[in-house]
Formats: sequence, C-alpha cells, structure tokens
Amino acid sequence: MREVAVLGIGQTKIDEHWDKSLRLLAGEAILAAMQDAGVERVDSIYVGNMMSGSANFQQHLGAYIADWVGSRFSESLHIEAACSSGAASFRAALMAVASGEVEVAVAAGVEKMTDSPAGEITAQLATAADADWEVDQGISFVALNALVMRRYMHEYGWQKDDFASFSINAHANGAKNPYARFQEPISLKAYQRAPMVADPINVYDASPMGDGAAAAVLVPAEALQRSNAKPIIRVLGSGAATDTIDVQSRRKPVWLTAAELSVKQAYKQAGIGPEDIDLFELHDAFTIMATLSLEAAGFAQPGQGPRLALDGEITPSGRIPIATRGGLKARGHPVGATGMYQIVEVVQQLRQEAGETQVENARIGMAQNIGGSGSNIITHILGI
Amino acid sequence: MEIPRHWRIKSQRYGLVGEVCPHCEIKIFPPRDVCPNCGGEAKEEYIFSGRGEVYSFTSLYDGPAGFEETTPYTVALIKLEEGPVVTAQLTDLGDASVEIGMPVEMVTRRIRSDGDERGMLIYGYKFRPLGLGPR
Ligand SMILES: [Zn+2]
Repeated sequence: MREVAVLGIGQTKIDEHWDKSLRLLAGEAILAAMQDAGVERVDSIYVGNMMSGSANFQQHLGAYIADWVGSRFSESLHIEAACSSGAASFRAALMAVASGEVEVAVAAGVEKMTDSPAGEITAQLATAADADWEVDQGISFVALNALVMRRYMHEYGWQKDDFASFSINAHANGAKNPYARFQEPISLKAYQRAPMVADPINVYDASPMGDGAAAAVLVPAEALQRSNAKPIIRVLGSGAATDTIDVQSRRKPVWLTAAELSVKQAYKQAGIGPEDIDLFELHDAFTIMATLSLEAAGFAQPGQGPRLALDGEITPSGRIPIATRGGLKARGHPVGATGMYQIVEVVQQLRQEAGETQVENARIGMAQNIGGSGSNIITHILGI
Repeated sequence: MEIPRHWRIKSQRYGLVGEVCPHCEIKIFPPRDVCPNCGGEAKEEYIFSGRGEVYSFTSLYDGPAGFEETTPYTVALIKLEEGPVVTAQLTDLGDASVEIGMPVEMVTRRIRSDGDERGMLIYGYKFRPLGLGPR
C-alpha cells in the first residue's frame, strides 16, 4: 500500500438551500476541491449520501454526480453508511489510491434534506436504526440517544448542565466559520432554557439538519514530494468498525465499542496515540455522543468525558480541541456529508487556514464519523 | 406500511418468543441465526416471562409519524429478567413517575396505526409497572 495525501478540499455552506439541487450542491463542493487541488480530471468519484432515494427520489449518485462535474466515463459509486456515509466514501477513495489502482480520486459527501417535510426527514433518519425492534416501538433517533444519555447520567452521576459546555464550545467555534449553519454563540442560560426534545436531550444537545456537500481530492503522496507550494497533508491512519444496529443489543450501551476499535486501528497505522492528536473533529450529533467519542478515543476515562468540557479542555486552546469549526452542533449535520466536512476541517487546521479557531501548531488531526446510534464508526488521522 | 414484515414477527410481538442458545445457554431476544455470545448456531425457541426492569427511558412529546395518537408517550429500554434488553413503550403509568430500576411486566397493546394508508393497526408488547393485577 502506498501513502496517500489530500491535495484539495471543497465545501458549501450548510443551510436551507432552497434554490440548489442535490447535484448542484455536490458539484459545488467537488469542483471547488478539484480547483483547490489543481486537477482537471479524476479517475474515481465516491459519493457518500444517506437518503437521497427517499428525500430526493434520486439514487445511483455515482453516475448522477460524475457526469455533473464533467467526469462522465469515470468510475463512480454511491456509498451509504447512514450518518457515516461521508467517512465511508473517504475510506473508499483512500483504499483506491493506496492500492495503486487509482491515481486521482474524489471523496464527496452530500445531503439535501430540505426537499422533504421535517416530519418525513425524521422518519427517514430513523431508518438508520432497526426497523422491526426499535423504530416500530415508537422510537426516534433523538429518543435512542436520550436513552443512552439518561443511562450514562445514571451510571456516572452527571447532571444535565454538565453537558452544556459541549454545545457552548461548538457554537462559539461555528460563529467563526463562514460555512457553518449557525453563526451565533450561545450562553449557559440559553442551554438551560432550551426546550426538551426527548428528555434529557434538549434542542441545544442536538445537531441541526441542513443541506450541504463537502469533498476532497486524494492522490499518492509520492507524486507531491517535489512541489512545495502547500504543506502535504498525509493520511496517517484509517480504521472502521461496526456494532449492533440496535442500542438494545449492545453489552454496554454507554460505551462506543466501534469507536474504540476503529480509533485503535487508526492509531496503530499512524504509530501514535491520543497524546499526539492536536485536534479531534468528532461526531457531536448529540452532546452524549461527543462524550462517548472522547472516552472511546482515549482522551478521558469511561464516564469522565464531561470533565474535559467542564474544564475547558475542548476549546481551540485546550488540551484536545473538538468541533473546532462548529462541529455537527453548529456547523450542521447534513447526515451523509458530515464525515467529509470533518475531513475538510481537519485539513483546514493542518494548513493553518482555520481563521479565528485555528489550533496553534496543529500537526496531527483526527476525524471520527458515527453512523446510526454508534453502529458504524470510521476514524481517520491526517498529518503534515 | 408493509403487511408481511409485521405478520412474520407476530410471535415476538405478541408472545416475546425468543431463543436459548444450545451451546452457551444465553437467552436471546429478538431471535437471530448466530448467537451473539458464543457465535454458535441459535435455533432453540425460548419464551420470555415478560418481567423485567427499566434500564433507561425518555419521553417523546412530538412522536414520529404513525404514533401521533398516543403522543406524548414514554419509551424505555427494558432489561428482561432473563438478560436481554428490549426497546418498548411504557403504558398504564397513571401518576407513577418512571425510574431506572422500576420493575415492569409485558402487556399487549396497540402500538401504531398507519392512518388512512391501509387501515392497519399494529399490536405488540408494551411494559407497565409490575403489580397492577391480571394482564
Ligand atoms: Zn451461544
């Protein structure tokens, strides 16, 4: 396997893009990434997306998007792994280039959520859970996370307010990212007053929907050795693992086993440990998921994730900065695109292009994308 | 809604029919082909008692499509006394406040309808506080 580098990145603002179609959004991000990379043609395009079939009545995104970006005749596939579709497409592109089979690959993620009414989108999101044994019992995706969060609070003795700092940090960072869905910081008081969705989860624990697309161009690192216009962003590690699709069947619902396994693979490949990570774009679809990711990745002991947030260690100047561009909470969570936003943001940090939320001397960044309630988890480590 | 999908799991929905692994004796619900504990083949039927306790719970004030008529309601993870955890609504709560560890038992109730789509009504298991009398 040869070493792979990320040569270009592109993203759209996450928003309610009433005037833009699925392919227009995907095209914007992909063409921006190709321009950033300085490439005019690509060999393979991997399009991560969760629910275009139900939300936009369009499947088969490989051919649909490849032609749109002027890459008719390229190999192109639609990759689905619920909310982890974005990272799944990045991993597919990575393996294609690493294998030597493909020279220039695009990994993209796109989700166009506002074409369907919100109630239908909620039902479509729930298809990431088990239809027979969870969804038919009246569960929503928020409710599944609420079950995990209440159990976590019960087992480890945390109070509701102890999770506020995750949301406050995300919104503070999102306010400084022009691509973020939300552009305003929030206060502790606002968190405390936020309406409940499924207790203990309130609207400030949960990430917002939105339309968006993000993309990256991957090439063999060896091809870049001589050019020195930009720092070479190398993919140092990649890992993927699954767990049960339903929360009920997990031995320990308050622990993300798939996160632990995927992050260990990625650390091992990179030859590093949690102490070497300068920033971590984790999957804070809910504050409880941020907590569990930090623990599974080795930044906190089991049950101690909220302590990092309370102590200010997750801010851009803290020990382990997370959601540095707003995270899912404030940048937004266009489900199948999210994993690619995380990659784009890690690259921004490593290139020192993260503006006011730049992590000083960032050299190694990690991104972790979670599908379902923790059932498919993919971790990548990038470095310069 | 799709009729065969609900019909084929009726014995689980109405009777909590699961499995016991012939190799490691762990109880399994819902049934599967491969034992999640030892990896052996799981095929032996086992009927659960329907008793358990609340492992976690949440209240939904804005239920998903198909559940509007019972909103608001409480969904829980129930740890069955034989070991497995199931996802189910709580019912017959009255003024009782739900707590983790609360003993509950399975009852059969209407879970959802598909409105005017096909006129289907889905029945299945819910759980209620233990000791309310005959099921
Ligand atoms: Zn067994």
